[in-house]
Amino acid sequence: MPETTFLDANELVINMGPQHPATHGVLRVKLKLDGERVLGTECIIGYLHRGVEKIAENRTYAQFTPYVDRMDYCAAVTNGMGYVEAVEKLLGVEIPPRAQYTRMILAELQRIASHLLWLGTHALDIGAMTPVFYTFREREEILKIFEEYCGARLTTHAFRIGGLQYDLYDGFEREVVKFCDYFLPKIDEYEQLLTKNRIWIDRTRKIGVLSGEDAIALGVTGPVLRGSGVKWDIRKAQPYEAYDKVEFEVPTGEHGDTYDRYLVRMAEMRQSVRIIRQCVERLGPGPIFGKVGKVIKPPVGEVYHSIEAPKGELGYYVVSDGTVNPYRVRVRPPSFINLQALDKMSKGHLVADIVAIIGTIDIVLGEVDR
Amino acid sequence: MPSLNVAKEHLVAVCQFLKGSEGGAYTLLTDETAADYPKRQKRFDVVYHLYSFERNNRLRLRVQVGAEEKVPSVTSVWATANWLEREIYDMFGVVYEGHPDLKRILMPDEWAGHPLRKDYDILKQDAEWVKTNLGIESGQ
Repeated sequence: MPETTFLDANELVINMGPQHPATHGVLRVKLKLDGERVLGTECIIGYLHRGVEKIAENRTYAQFTPYVDRMDYCAAVTNGMGYVEAVEKLLGVEIPPRAQYTRMILAELQRIASHLLWLGTHALDIGAMTPVFYTFREREEILKIFEEYCGARLTTHAFRIGGLQYDLYDGFEREVVKFCDYFLPKIDEYEQLLTKNRIWIDRTRKIGVLSGEDAIALGVTGPVLRGSGVKWDIRKAQPYEAYDKVEFEVPTGEHGDTYDRYLVRMAEMRQSVRIIRQCVERLGPGPIFGKVGKVIKPPVGEVYHSIEAPKGELGYYVVSDGTVNPYRVRVRPPSFINLQALDKMSKGHLVADIVAIIGTIDIVLGEVDR
Repeated sequence: MPSLNVAKEHLVAVCQFLKGSEGGAYTLLTDETAADYPKRQKRFDVVYHLYSFERNNRLRLRVQVGAEEKVPSVTSVWATANWLEREIYDMFGVVYEGHPDLKRILMPDEWAGHPLRKDYDILKQDAEWVKTNLGIESGQ
């Protein structure tokens, strides 16, 4: 942030403190304002730093899996998927197709749940108080499926290194298909509330514009990058699990503003439903666990594996020294890197737009701070 | 994933080359991280993961630095590196040259010690800060 002097009466530094209803967690933003115009922002994070990477060095690979859910606590299933796949890559283990399709179904359900939470809270921050009730009602259905599958709604610990712990319960496919049929018209309802709404368009069009080159330079990934026009999705570019066997589209935006990111995430929810239906069709009987020994001791080496989490590219860099504890686990957090773009996106806007921009980047402080 | 070891003197030049189209068009710095190998002479391994949209491939760069050495910053090549290098400075104590704003990011500004180093004692963390700010003994 540029220097201020005491006599610069036009410039005001205001603190948007760690306790704030619209910062999606404990995020402190120092705003440098000229009246109501934002000249610069500085984020101060670390209020939720729990030292997850340090903890990993003192746990075994399997013991660390539950910790990983607690980083992005709104999308625990995909966190677990990234970690478990990274270790499986290190071990060189193939997981059977039934486990792959199940993982994909749960991951896409989690993506829908994460986007629903995003939509509800983002609309709530901007002032539209109705969508949050509807989105949370739909999210309940997804969390019910998770609870029946693995016992937990939020921090699921759904996957194990090598496959799945629990086989699908009786009626899982039926409930998932029922949810897909129930949910698709609901997206139309949300669109009816917001997409052509005059106030929504005024509050989100041309707000927080991020061009494609700036997004790539800042390392931004996920719906924010796609909203800026870069058609890139890890599920298509470097497929993992069985994403290369299902058909889906990658929605992109044009202008890189908040409205485009909103449209991208709405379209992503529809594509997720499409993926889930295809996976349910391909679910066949079979084993759910690959060939992994009782004790997980990967050979000496390192791996970087990333997946398309709802927030962006979630990567795991795991270094193994041949013992049962990982030597180093690094989590590449999409929210942390996307949050860097806040400064660029918010220059020249009004204070009220800061809230819209923080919402549109879709951060979860658990992941930003780890 | 192919992996390259780079000497720190050539780091910025190599990164500029890799970012250009002849070097492979690695325009996305996916991640920059570090690992601590205290038994080695040069204890830190600063690892860069790059991605090229055009060629759809990834590359890993590795720079080995000792505890007292400074590493040139790549913020001039990829703006992503700003917070990533601040985090490595915070967690490992690797000092970057040419970084616009090198200060701690996750730990409090006045914290003593670098948590992700292997010789960091997790039961006795910055006892003074804990005592003054939290009022308890460190390690409880």
